[in-house]
Amino acid sequence: MRAVRGPTAAAPRRSFPVTKQVKQLDRVVIRFAGDSGDGMQLTGDRFTSETATFGNDLSTLPNFPAEIRAPAGTLPGVSSFQLHFADHDILTPGDAPTVLVAMNPAALKANIRDLPRGAEIIVNTDEFSKRAMAKVGYPTSPLEDGSLDAYNVHAIPLTTLTVGALAEFEISKKDAERAKNMFALGLLSWLYHRPTEATVDFLRRKFAKLPVIAEANVAAFKAGWNFGETTDDFAVSYEVAPAKLPSGTYRNITGNLALSYGLVAAGQLAELPVYLGSYPITPASDILHELAKHKNFGVRTFQAEDEIAGIGAALGASFGGALGVTTTSGPGVALKSETIGLAVSLELPLLIVDVQRGGPSTGLPTKTEQSDLLQAMFGRNGEAPVPIVAPQTPSDCFAAAVEAARIALKYRTPVFLLSDGYLANGSEPWRLPETSELPDLRVAFATEPNQENADGTKEFWPYKRDPETLARPWAVPGTPGLEHRIGGIEKADGIGSISYDPANHDLMVRTRQAKVDGIAKDIDPLWVDDATGDAKVLVIGWGSTYGPIAAAVRRVRAAGGKVAQAHLRHLNPFPANTAEVLRSYDKVIVPEMNLGQLALLLRGRFLVDAMSYNQVRGLPFKSEELAHVIREVIESV
Amino acid sequence: MSESANGAGGFPSLTLIPKADAKQSMKDFKSDQEVRWCPGCGDYAILAAVQGFLPELGLRKENVVWISGIGCSSRFPYYLNTYGMHSIHGRAPAIATGLATSREDLSVWVVTGDGDALSIGGNHLIHALRRNVNLKILLFNNRIYGLTKGQYSPTSETGKITKSTPMGSLDHPFNPLSVAIGAEASFVARSIDSDRKHLTSVLRAAAAHEGTALVEIYQNCNIFNDGAFEQLKDPAQRDDVTIRLEHGQPIRFGAEGQYGVIRGAHGALDVAEVAKVGEDAVLVHDAHADNPELAFALTRLGDLTSNTHTPIGVFRDIARPVYDRLMSAQMAEAATKQGQGDLASLIRGNDTWTID
Repeated sequence: MRAVRGPTAAAPRRSFPVTKQVKQLDRVVIRFAGDSGDGMQLTGDRFTSETATFGNDLSTLPNFPAEIRAPAGTLPGVSSFQLHFADHDILTPGDAPTVLVAMNPAALKANIRDLPRGAEIIVNTDEFSKRAMAKVGYPTSPLEDGSLDAYNVHAIPLTTLTVGALAEFEISKKDAERAKNMFALGLLSWLYHRPTEATVDFLRRKFAKLPVIAEANVAAFKAGWNFGETTDDFAVSYEVAPAKLPSGTYRNITGNLALSYGLVAAGQLAELPVYLGSYPITPASDILHELAKHKNFGVRTFQAEDEIAGIGAALGASFGGALGVTTTSGPGVALKSETIGLAVSLELPLLIVDVQRGGPSTGLPTKTEQSDLLQAMFGRNGEAPVPIVAPQTPSDCFAAAVEAARIALKYRTPVFLLSDGYLANGSEPWRLPETSELPDLRVAFATEPNQENADGTKEFWPYKRDPETLARPWAVPGTPGLEHRIGGIEKADGIGSISYDPANHDLMVRTRQAKVDGIAKDIDPLWVDDATGDAKVLVIGWGSTYGPIAAAVRRVRAAGGKVAQAHLRHLNPFPANTAEVLRSYDKVIVPEMNLGQLALLLRGRFLVDAMSYNQVRGLPFKSEELAHVIREVIESV
Repeated sequence: MSESANGAGGFPSLTLIPKADAKQSMKDFKSDQEVRWCPGCGDYAILAAVQGFLPELGLRKENVVWISGIGCSSRFPYYLNTYGMHSIHGRAPAIATGLATSREDLSVWVVTGDGDALSIGGNHLIHALRRNVNLKILLFNNRIYGLTKGQYSPTSETGKITKSTPMGSLDHPFNPLSVAIGAEASFVARSIDSDRKHLTSVLRAAAAHEGTALVEIYQNCNIFNDGAFEQLKDPAQRDDVTIRLEHGQPIRFGAEGQYGVIRGAHGALDVAEVAKVGEDAVLVHDAHADNPELAFALTRLGDLTSNTHTPIGVFRDIARPVYDRLMSAQMAEAATKQGQGDLASLIRGNDTWTID
């Protein structure tokens, strides 16, 4: 049970009772937009947290520039945060906002094209000076020239109201103005009946060392709420009932946080210390920051001098019996390639977490893309197969990290975990797993010689494999009698000493490949959602496109269309039944945020005429757009 | 495990490493692999010195790890019956850092060369040195690329004629020990492949040092750069060109100790006849001085081409906090302050709701 509560303490009494209408909605998409310095990410985070606490299903899409403080008031400097919340389960942050909060002309201009007619726009009129409008190319004020007639505009002097509300506080005008995002948050919290205590607590915690600033922000937040309740501008407020999600305990979580917890969990489940060697890179750095907080789980974090040293240290730790992990994004993977190849040759467990971003080169550091699949698959010299696991939603990053660790430890191999910028920063409610449900990842280190010679003497052969998994023994330094040397030079099968023998190399190359291919027997088959069982079109994806694809499939089905959906968690090896699934449909559509990398693999591996649908705009697909594509293909069959 | 309160030989750097139950000999550290360096290579002498020295540490050999990069010298781990990794070009210090910072019970040694450590792996070397991880780095300097068959290296003298520089190399060389001191190294030493006694004494000092120790070993490549250090080996002239550094001792050299290192004009080091300048003018070596000025100045003595006035021995050996110990201290502090981690409460966080 949850009551909708307004601010408690210090809420000014209203002089006149105002009766306002309350409307029920099933879902809302809000986008907060402002300058990079306006605190829009924080505002969005808080609204998300209130919404999660309230019990709606939700999905978020932060979108910010790579510059820390881009020039004020410019289009490239606009930072936004989109939140979709609903009384039912949802899959995406929403195609188009139904509400836009624009803190300045640049925020309005940068986002207006995404708004459907009839959307609500809340603008901060204080920022609509002639100069500020001219800076982004508004010759006349859009608030006055009729260009926003199709929308429901609430023109509010947010800055003035905030400064006025904080007149009694002994703070600078600048500090008072900076609290305008909390005024806006208060107003939106009123408008959508969000619970507010947690935000008040949050502000007091955040500014614990500056109590005056804390109280000023709380006051601005409450003033925003009260403004909503008293102003005539908002005649209606909205309720979105809690969603009926599967029973359980939930929290809201971003992909990077879920992934970090997955790594901590993997260490606990394997009863091994986790060693993260990493170099800061957007959008992966938050994983390093998070793991650095959890030393009490036996997690060591090492910020290396470069990407190469980051993975080198992780591999060194793996040699010593730790679960070595490195976290990075595409450019970092390029630098780590040689060490990944060494890990393939050494056959030691290692996790390479690639939080993909727009490429090539520096590309779009803060935007999402799925264009490292082929780099993960093939980006090394020689035949160097590496298993690949991809999470499909922010909270799924937890389970995917555990699965990647399972494969790495069991098969003694480096494993790629391919997240992306959208998963990393986006958030959603997560039904917490019971720790007893999590897999047992414990491994046995080698303790005894494993080879008996003809003369009865015993030896340790570092490349004598488990016949089932083809994994080699993991003998860590400190184990008496198992001293051995390994390296990147080709090794003789079994005994592991240097070998340039042609037949041996052929055998070793094929064996390493067979080991990775054999993982297909040990992963879940590809599951197909074919509701009616007679769809002729399959749409298949991987990674973060799960939400938009599933939402598109729902739309198509809602209109009577028949389409099947499958989503790959394992990209190398593919699940054993992949060929069978693909061949069961007349048409196979592969939407990807790249130029067709999975499609290339599916066509090459399975000789199916997979059709690519691609976008590389740094943003997730819109589900309506995918639904349109699916409908067209269905009609063509 | 037989752990004595002190490290082997009283070395505080080795206190955390398990000790051998019985006395060891050189053959305990020889692997069964056939050594494949070119006949006459200086690496053989270094290998023999190391195999002869390791028993002195009295460590369990399973707790000793040798990690190398790529190059002739990097084959070293194959010939030692300890744990070992022959890794990739230039990256051994990074890999060894991960191992050493996660396993304090191991004695971790890195073998590298002038190309491996100073060219492709320069970044890892300087950062290992400034962090002061408990690593011992042996840098075999032969002033040439041997494994790729004879190109000039970052320590080759300018104008060197090689296959890749038929008109002479244009690069100004690095002085590895100057680089190391510039990178905040806490232990810097130099020795010579053929002087087993001296090399062993330097290895002993490096092993005793807490933190990263860099030992440059002048090593002759008899195929591609033969005689690079001949003046330091030739009995007829070696005493007059080699300056043997000993902590706390006047820096004198020459067959009769007739030369000394003094402060010359503008404070720069100079070499003089002791008889002319007087014994009091001769500098006393202080490897433990926190200020690196003298140690650095000593690295600048010596001529790369003629090898005249080449100091060998321990230039610098100072106490500085060791990275892996600091890391472990933070781990322990976190466990004390936060308590042992509980996974269920971690993933739960502070803000949950329940749906029935």
